[in-house]
Amino acid sequence: MTLPAYNFAYLDEQTKRMIRRAILKGIAIPGYQVPFASREMPMPYGWGTGGVQVTAAILGPDDVLKVIDQGADDTTNAVSIRAFFAKTANVATTTKTADATIIQTRHRIPEERLQAHQTLVFQVPIPEPLRFLEPRETETRVMHGLEEYGLVHVKLYEDIAQHGHIATTYAYPVKVEGRYVMDPSPIPKFDNPKLDRSPALQLFGAGREKRIYALPPFTQVTSLDFEDHPFTVQTFNRPCALCNATGVYMDEVVTDDRGGRMFVCSDTDHCETRQAEGHAGPGLPQLGEHASSEQETTR
Amino acid sequence: MSLAFVDGGFAEPVFGSQRAFRALMDAFARPGSIADLAGLAGPPRPMSSAAGAILLALADNDTPVFFETDMPDAQAWVGFHTGAPVTGAAPSARFVHLADDSDTTAWSRFAVGTAEYPDRSATLLLPVASLRGGHRLSLSGPGIETLSDIAPQGLPKGFADVMAANRAGFPLGFDLVLVSGSEALALPRTTRIEEA
Repeated sequence: MTLPAYNFAYLDEQTKRMIRRAILKGIAIPGYQVPFASREMPMPYGWGTGGVQVTAAILGPDDVLKVIDQGADDTTNAVSIRAFFAKTANVATTTKTADATIIQTRHRIPEERLQAHQTLVFQVPIPEPLRFLEPRETETRVMHGLEEYGLVHVKLYEDIAQHGHIATTYAYPVKVEGRYVMDPSPIPKFDNPKLDRSPALQLFGAGREKRIYALPPFTQVTSLDFEDHPFTVQTFNRPCALCNATGVYMDEVVTDDRGGRMFVCSDTDHCETRQAEGHAGPGLPQLGEHASSEQETTR
Repeated sequence: MSLAFVDGGFAEPVFGSQRAFRALMDAFARPGSIADLAGLAGPPRPMSSAAGAILLALADNDTPVFFETDMPDAQAWVGFHTGAPVTGAAPSARFVHLADDSDTTAWSRFAVGTAEYPDRSATLLLPVASLRGGHRLSLSGPGIETLSDIAPQGLPKGFADVMAANRAGFPLGFDLVLVSGSEALALPRTTRIEEA
């Protein structure tokens, strides 16, 4: 008789129970960072060890797993983590957003609206939105306890004083149900509106920092702003070069050493689905065509 | 000596735990929805199979469990299968198995966490006669799109008041799970409960 060398989904049951308890408390206190005893994983910190531990704790044999890295299914981080769970849990994997029951993500929310039966698991590097303003954990704990968030507004105000607008473009702080200020992980602020009242459960895991937090479905998530400087998202003044999509988040791809570049959907599944439906973009840029497509709107 | 505490664990510990947890996670994420925990755990009477499955899935030597009423077989069963210490000190308990006629005025003795760590709070399991067919209550809050109606039977006296006070103390508070037979319904501290 040979026994497997590791448990289903890699983590031992004691660890899963501890993580599961943290997840339930996270759901019960939306936006609050629950400490957990993060484990060493067979991948370096920064590669999504927090998200991997959350996924391992919730994953069952009937789940269908999708993993994205900056929107793409085919980058190293996404491929590695997908292969990790295909091997250790023998679960079905997919690149189709609609087919997945669990989506682990690094720094994007899929373009396609998520459904109630889906769970989105974020990989988080620095879970504490106040960390760069106050380095001491004992202090940030007290600040969250007292709802003392003035510093975050000062930071946003300093953006305006220096740049004329709020220059924070990713990991843009949000307030959850009018109580906790939360770091949505380094998703572009373009994705912040998708956090708000999402039908899917959203879980956040930070492995190195040993924190788990959560947004239950239909939770109110507001991006911080000022009355005279309301929150806006990035817009792009040209469609995706491959699928002609507009109103999506784009990656800039350098195509030669003479300034040629193209803008394509960051969400590869969204882009491929549209291409399969027959949508086609303008394709490769002409030589010397300089593009500075991203612009801030001040609607 | 009765050996009732030996039987009734998860037939497949890994997948039983996962199924029980996922059902409970969905219940916490969508207050008012009813989780089906049938066929997972068979604790000794009078503990419901839902309460048994929840404790098997989540309790261990880090989580003292407090029983409001004495149920020796069930207590021994929890200890045998999970290794969780059965405590007599209510404030230190992470899981609490309430009495079905629980005195709600005494719930203030359970842990609600601290301002810095509101997660250090108790999860209460409240046995009720049924999760259906009772007096209608309307739920709102995170996890609920607009309103969600529940109709549990056999809630203890003063339930609405103690839950309203618990909600008002957010982010501190306990989290409650109604259990009946093999079904469970979660009422985390964020949920507002009103007369329908």
